[in-house]
Amino acid sequence: MDWGAIFGNAAVELISPTTAAYALAALGLAVHFGYTGLLNFGQAGFMALGAYGYAISILTFGFPVWGAFLVGVGASVVFALILGVPTLRLRADYLAIVTIAAAEIVRLLFTTNTFSAVTGSANGLSGYKNEFAALNPLAEGSYGFGPFENNAYDTWLRIVAWSIVILAALLVWQIMRSPWGRVIKGIREDEDAVRALGKNVYAYKMQSLILGGVFGTIAGMIFALPRAVVPSNYQTTLTFFIYAILLLGGAATVLGPIIGSMIFWVLLSFFSGFVARAVEAGWLPFMTSVQGGQLRFILVGVAIMLIVIFRPQGIFGNKKELSFVR
Amino acid sequence: MLAVLFVTLLAAFTMATFSVTSAHADEVGTEYDFTLSGNVQFNGDVLKGVAIDVKGNGYQADTVTDAEGKWSIGVPEKGSYEVTLDEDTLPDGVIVAKGGSVIDTEFALTDRKSVNFFLGEGTRNTVNFFDQFVNRFVNGLNFGLLLALAAIGVSLIFGTTGLSNFAHAEMITFGALATLVFSVNFGLPIWLAIIFAIVLSGGLGFGLDAVIWKPLRRKGVAVIPLMIVSIGLSLALRYTYQYFFGGSTTQLPGAGMKDLQFGPVSLSPIDMASMGLSIVVLLAVAYFLLRTRIGKATRAVSDNPSLASASGIDVDNVIRIVWIVGAALAGLSGVLWAYFRPGVSWDMGFQMLLLVFAAVTLGGLGTAFGALIGSIIVGLFVELSTLWLPSDMKIVGALVILILVLLFRPQGILGRKERIG
Repeated sequence: MDWGAIFGNAAVELISPTTAAYALAALGLAVHFGYTGLLNFGQAGFMALGAYGYAISILTFGFPVWGAFLVGVGASVVFALILGVPTLRLRADYLAIVTIAAAEIVRLLFTTNTFSAVTGSANGLSGYKNEFAALNPLAEGSYGFGPFENNAYDTWLRIVAWSIVILAALLVWQIMRSPWGRVIKGIREDEDAVRALGKNVYAYKMQSLILGGVFGTIAGMIFALPRAVVPSNYQTTLTFFIYAILLLGGAATVLGPIIGSMIFWVLLSFFSGFVARAVEAGWLPFMTSVQGGQLRFILVGVAIMLIVIFRPQGIFGNKKELSFVR
Repeated sequence: MLAVLFVTLLAAFTMATFSVTSAHADEVGTEYDFTLSGNVQFNGDVLKGVAIDVKGNGYQADTVTDAEGKWSIGVPEKGSYEVTLDEDTLPDGVIVAKGGSVIDTEFALTDRKSVNFFLGEGTRNTVNFFDQFVNRFVNGLNFGLLLALAAIGVSLIFGTTGLSNFAHAEMITFGALATLVFSVNFGLPIWLAIIFAIVLSGGLGFGLDAVIWKPLRRKGVAVIPLMIVSIGLSLALRYTYQYFFGGSTTQLPGAGMKDLQFGPVSLSPIDMASMGLSIVVLLAVAYFLLRTRIGKATRAVSDNPSLASASGIDVDNVIRIVWIVGAALAGLSGVLWAYFRPGVSWDMGFQMLLLVFAAVTLGGLGTAFGALIGSIIVGLFVELSTLWLPSDMKIVGALVILILVLLFRPQGILGRKERIG
């Protein structure tokens, strides 16, 4: 049993761009769900818009990186408005159903053969990394140490990804201490009371939806940069995993989503590495390595249930600031 | 119009089957680890020399079927590919009937993937619009009715407990998987397998209520956490199914029966049985809700649980019955969905879940008859939209309608206004 490789592979996930992307998406969801009480189940849709907005802008229209970035963000603002207008006046679970449906619409529109020329349909898009790599100030060579050693591009990507995550976390931290944040938290606790104070609850909810959605969109771009954009990555399951991360860390916290994402990915990687090798070593004769891969998703599902039932505030959450709308 | 026959090799999933296939097929890309393969047959006759083309992930290859109608193409990556059957190379009078001659496929967890084309008799000229419309309409009705079976369960559970049950998808899949196990693995006749599967589905509903939902209700967990628990349960169950059944799609016995023509409408005996069964069961549910004591109690709990409890109704008992009935209906819906799609797979229920939610929301959350009407509208809409939209976008239309309805009549067709705020 090669424990070194298992721990090494798990440690890689600690600062991988994927972990950063999930952390940022979960942070957006924390703004929606943890702070405002909006049940957004369409975070995968926001991420898809970011990834496709970025990739299509560069591949089809030849935009520079900042232009592609703005296209993605703009698309998600429009998407948030479309989602918010019909549902923010309704009860929480309507938003849940509409966002999950809208995210699927987005994914199906990117999957269909009709727009294959632009979206690459089910095969997705690739070959949009050069523009981002061209901005890399680092010289060729490898940076870091041990499991964290990477080439120049990967190091650059990690620096950018985690810088964005840190900036976003600082923004959320500050904004939730501001008067705006107090109104937002007030809406989560008691919408009618806030309305009685003369605040426009609808507008505040919409702003929160847009802010968290933009986080999700940027997360989608970070998620797309180390790999190709494939529509099947943006299924509803992605949103559920981000919820798992958020609940694990604590829904109404700033650090929760980030640490939650690190824990989630390190554990997932450790678990799949361990099971794969345990199967090879014949420790688990009743299981194939493929089944081991599914076992971890079963455990994610069970973990979601157990966290919600037994520790709804997550690891960092405060029991008094209960993370759930009623 | 078309006599649709399902005539392709299903499984190259075991090593044994595969080695036979690869020994004869005109092989392309054998240097790669991952293989797409299939078997082109029509009415039991193998079709030789049919051109197959695979594209995707920057890779492209083509081949023709060998003397046994088999083909196999190796691909460099485990990803999604577009497999095209060149219809011009089919013999006269044979066409690709359902699903089109281009299939988007994706490797599941195995290194091999078999790709099936539905061949049918016919010529490649189009049917006039009215005939197509009528045919799609009947298909949509069929789909709507099976959707209604699942939607009524979702609606009743929502009405009595306030839970938007995401795990309903897995209750749908459960019915189909149980039927598959009883009919294929245990060799029971299909009608008996279906009855067993539905009884077992009801048992699943009872078990879920007893083990998970009742304790959580006792604990006083709020509605939103309950919904997230149901999402966790849905994930756990879905991947449990995949753990045991793998990523493949398997046909139930009798799937792909020859269609019968009624004017412009072509229906297989299975489709007709499915519609008949749905209508009978839906009538029975309506009778149960409107005429029986326990049905009236259900509607009372749905209306106002505390008031119902105060008037001497055993709310826990009602909720238990709702879970059993809802799960049994979901199981039946899963069996019919397996024939409609066609095929049983681990995530089939999840593919349908959003349409079920759309139907329930359309009809009005928590109203059983609203769910029925909503389902039929969604079913018709999904099928009829293929007249204008490409078939891989048919679900988009139904979901767009859902959002539009919420914009203009958020309480749904039969819902009442006070529920929404």
